[in-house]
Amino acid sequence: MNSEIGRLILKRLGIAIITLVIVSFAVFFTTNMLPGDTATILLGQAATPEAVAGLREAMHLNDPAITRFFHWAFGFVTGDLGKSYANNMEISTLIGNRFLNTLELAAITTVIAVPFALTLGITSAVARGSLYDRIVTVLTIGVISVPEFVIASTAVLIFAVYLRWLPAISFVNEIHSVSDMLRMYAMPVVTLTFVVSAQIIRMTRAAVIETLDTPYVEMALLKGASRSRMVLRHALPNALGPIVNALALSLSYLIGGVIIIETIFNYPGIAKLMVDAVATRDLPLIQTCAVIFCAGYLILITIADIIAIISNPRLRK
Amino acid sequence: MKQTATTMSAHRFGYTFSPIGMIALAVILFWAFVAAFAPHLVPYSPGKIVDTDFFGPISSKFWLGSDYLGRDMLSRIIMGARYTLGVSLAGVLIATTSGVVLGMAAAVIGGWFDTLLSRFMDAMLSIPSKLFGLVVVAAVGSSLPALILTLAFIYTPGSFRFARALAVNVNTMDFVAVARIRGESTLYLVCAEILPNIIRPVLADFGIRFVFIVLLLSGLSFLGLGVQPPLADWGALVHENIQSLSYASAAVIAPSLAIASLTISVNLLIDNLPRKIRDRSA
Repeated sequence: MNSEIGRLILKRLGIAIITLVIVSFAVFFTTNMLPGDTATILLGQAATPEAVAGLREAMHLNDPAITRFFHWAFGFVTGDLGKSYANNMEISTLIGNRFLNTLELAAITTVIAVPFALTLGITSAVARGSLYDRIVTVLTIGVISVPEFVIASTAVLIFAVYLRWLPAISFVNEIHSVSDMLRMYAMPVVTLTFVVSAQIIRMTRAAVIETLDTPYVEMALLKGASRSRMVLRHALPNALGPIVNALALSLSYLIGGVIIIETIFNYPGIAKLMVDAVATRDLPLIQTCAVIFCAGYLILITIADIIAIISNPRLRK
Repeated sequence: MKQTATTMSAHRFGYTFSPIGMIALAVILFWAFVAAFAPHLVPYSPGKIVDTDFFGPISSKFWLGSDYLGRDMLSRIIMGARYTLGVSLAGVLIATTSGVVLGMAAAVIGGWFDTLLSRFMDAMLSIPSKLFGLVVVAAVGSSLPALILTLAFIYTPGSFRFARALAVNVNTMDFVAVARIRGESTLYLVCAEILPNIIRPVLADFGIRFVFIVLLLSGLSFLGLGVQPPLADWGALVHENIQSLSYASAAVIAPSLAIASLTISVNLLIDNLPRKIRDRSA
């Protein structure tokens, strides 16, 4: 690691933080565009003007938007997330467990999808042009081209309706046994694995093919190196950076996927919480969930970029 | 046989389409036709309850069965094509136009204008699109114009970035420098020198972005936050009839297949575009 790499990484981290500030700013102001007065909405039509004025004062609604933004952002950083409009509960209480549930779902999916998809991606790239490669490519294009809920419906049709292996919806709230756990996670994990794997396979395949097309791999081939030696010793070590980069980028598709999957399978996670909050127009809850998701997404793409920087051989001295 | 087909189409368009590309194009044109003439094609009024049974099976009377209220599914899908294709097309037109215009402007004008705009667009790009959609829909509601503008707003940054990268490359070429020295205006540079040289990859990008918008619109409608009843696009049709999934009713499978056939076709068409167009879309 030299100073050039360090400088680039610091710069990338700086950009990530600035982006997060801009994004939370955007989220805050978009949700504040909502027509209608928050205090009136909360108290209902029958409220007296005095009560509305009092609540406006208490909620700092009379302050300029920029002051409220800093107030909100400061609260966010110090862990004071405010209260939900819908049921007046602390947002941190509402989010706490559900956040862990979503993380669990993402973690289990990652553990299953990554080895599975890496194997398919690398092998299909090595066997480029073969029947196997073409089948894998067609399937990944198919999965990438359709909405997540179509994948989910198909998975339900196959595994729950025809094969009857898995229950369609995770109704279980308390986990008592291994079979309960399977019921809870099975369908969401299966569907998410499909969605994320397709992205990983596509990107890994592209990264490996790019490496296989380089002059030094051709050189190894001309020298008479065996196929396995060419792939394992010459191509893969150099493709590792791009592959890990592709992995981190693909995992960011978890975030879009999780929003649909949690809704369709009734999974008690943070994405379901946010979709419900949008339906009831519960602004503080929407803001907090949105910033958490954006932060997660930013962390993943920043990691991807940093890996790309570290693995760039031109920066190694 | 193949040879004749190749020379014929090569003669006419200057490039060749692969068979897969032709099939994909046919599917897209089919849906475009259905969307355009939907009111004349529907066997029943899409809003009217015509079947005594809900989630009725496929029959000679109702080709795709009936939905959760007993409305004819085929009619609803035909009308749904209007909303899925129409809203997405309007969205992608606005997104690509504004993205390309701003992208070319940023490349030609450069300086602080370029830096500021690029930074802003990059920040917008780091919001996951589905999340962006949820937040904006929560704020401005989901009337059709609001939906179109939301979709356009979300996909403008990507189009901007793509067009800017292409335009920056063209901008350094000699003929642009010559035009600049000749004293041509920025507007002339953009319209006469840059645009003709980036238009083909921009059109391919238009198709890819169209798929993204169809997917996002369907996703939002599926969550019940997109096109609102009594209107329904294909995503909303899946949303309405999702309870019937457990007995594999056509009411939920047919609209899913409709979305898949459209998006897969557009992707396949772009992948099978003649080399002449595709090679420039780096």
